[in-house]
Amino acid sequence: MTGRVHLYDIDNIDTDRIIPGKYTKTLNVSTFADHCLEDLDSDFKTKVQQGDILVGGWNFGCGSSREQAPIALKVSGISVVIARSFSRIFYRNAINIGLPILEIPEHDISDGTHLHIEFESGKVVDGDTEYSSTPLPQIMIDILNAGGLVQYLKKNKAYNL
Amino acid sequence: MGQTITEKILSTHAGHDVKAGDLAIVNVDAAMASDTTAPLALKAFKEMGGVNPWNPEKTIFVIDHASPAPNERIANLHKQMREFAMSTDSILYDEGSGICHQIMVEEEHVKPGQLIIGADSHTVTYGALGAFSTGVGSTDLAAIMLTGKTWLKVPESIKIILNGKPNSGISAKDIILDVVGKIGLNGATYKTLEYSGSTLKYLTLGDRMTIANMAVEMGGKAGIFETSSLELPYNFEPVLPDSDAEYIKTVTIDVSSIRPKIAKPHSPDNICDIDDVIGTKIDMAFIGTCTNGRLEDLQLAASILKGKQLASGIRMLITPASRNILNQAMADGTMNILSEAGATFIPPGCGPCVGTHLGVPGNDEVILSTANRNFPGRMGNPNSHIYLASPAVVAASALSGVITDPASIGHVETRKKVNK
Ligand code: SF4
Repeated sequence: MTGRVHLYDIDNIDTDRIIPGKYTKTLNVSTFADHCLEDLDSDFKTKVQQGDILVGGWNFGCGSSREQAPIALKVSGISVVIARSFSRIFYRNAINIGLPILEIPEHDISDGTHLHIEFESGKVVDGDTEYSSTPLPQIMIDILNAGGLVQYLKKNKAYNL
Repeated sequence: MGQTITEKILSTHAGHDVKAGDLAIVNVDAAMASDTTAPLALKAFKEMGGVNPWNPEKTIFVIDHASPAPNERIANLHKQMREFAMSTDSILYDEGSGICHQIMVEEEHVKPGQLIIGADSHTVTYGALGAFSTGVGSTDLAAIMLTGKTWLKVPESIKIILNGKPNSGISAKDIILDVVGKIGLNGATYKTLEYSGSTLKYLTLGDRMTIANMAVEMGGKAGIFETSSLELPYNFEPVLPDSDAEYIKTVTIDVSSIRPKIAKPHSPDNICDIDDVIGTKIDMAFIGTCTNGRLEDLQLAASILKGKQLASGIRMLITPASRNILNQAMADGTMNILSEAGATFIPPGCGPCVGTHLGVPGNDEVILSTANRNFPGRMGNPNSHIYLASPAVVAASALSGVITDPASIGHVETRKKVNK
């Protein structure tokens, strides 16, 4: 797939900044799009379009365990999150809801560029530069391929390593 | 090669020996969700085809994050949790019971050596009892409700040796803020912190909870104490690492030299000695949360505020971590002292910690809090400034209106050996 980059190369973007706690208490998850990243960039919701790519810094998604954080990015239209590193709960949550994430510790990606991503190989092509992302464990690939953990368990009934 | 505490507990729960780096499917001893995470978990559980949780007695729901309900939308989410718990015989602690993590320990849903998963990042708190406990999101929790199991990567461990006797006036909060400052917000990502050392004999269960609680502020998957000199109201098998266990790093901390610590805005690892910020004007003082809302914390605040009044213009909010704590603090007069000093009470629960309701600060206001996080917007207003400290520092500062070292107003608290 190909998508346009929103770059926030800031470290420790925490779940409160991805979706503030005060908006999380609802099952109407499409409302998260109105507030996603609002404390970091109040223009984000007007800039973002379906299929865009979010690029963050180190320890992206640290803080709370709220799954509402990756959901907020997904309902905003973000199709992939790339970061230098991720906090562990965010990492699991993103895969569980079927939002692909790629860890690329060293990169020089700039805002507004278009990246081409090959999920099979984990390759990210940025013009003439090619980055390889840290491979996911097989179980996470299986969960992602199923479309998320709900679908994975519906199909398999139990975890398989 | 010997095993860390983490490897031991995960091996027992995997049913075969595992070591750091292995992926394992493990049996879970209890699963917990709060009102922030349970509604999404229930939705995912139903979508997975779930009807009854794998073990209702080990499936625990707590209404604490926005409790009592501040609006109709949240009231209906709470109602869903009650209805699910009722219809499946799973366990529910309703509004006013307290913060999920305090309840899990008080009500003995956690025991040493167990593996507990909660849909809340501060589930790491139960490491105080020598349990492996960690936070997940709602869908992971739903999967446990369905299967009784989860998968995880066995983490590498960092050994933290706490040595020496804390000085008078130094609390568990000062110790953990020191550790967070040294390890950093990202320094323990995917790893367990395992605590040992001679300081343990001075640390109560509550102290250990304060310290284990903030493992996640270093990215940690868990923060586990070995159980040496831990006293519990029941007998248990000691939880200790093997002497030849392999750690990726060992950090030794001389606790006897620690000064009161402050985390400055806007990150829990932005740590300094109190001396660097003494005199900073505050608008609001907050004592509560799963880090520092226990009876001893309220009693300590009362010992500082007894017979005195808050500085003019200062608001002070107090949220006991559980109903049990509230009842004890009422019975022993602690609540009277705090109320007479001018403090405002909030029912047991998370209160202002997460900015959902109650106690939201105004623009440019400065809050001194006993919580574990001070990210921008954490308490509901991104234009406010949160400093984190121990209950003694918060109480002393509420009295003077500026950040104050409790020792400078004559507060002495001497820590005795609490355990044999
Ligand atoms: S008190 Fe604060 S940190 Fe603890 S569980 Fe509640 S919201 Fe989370």
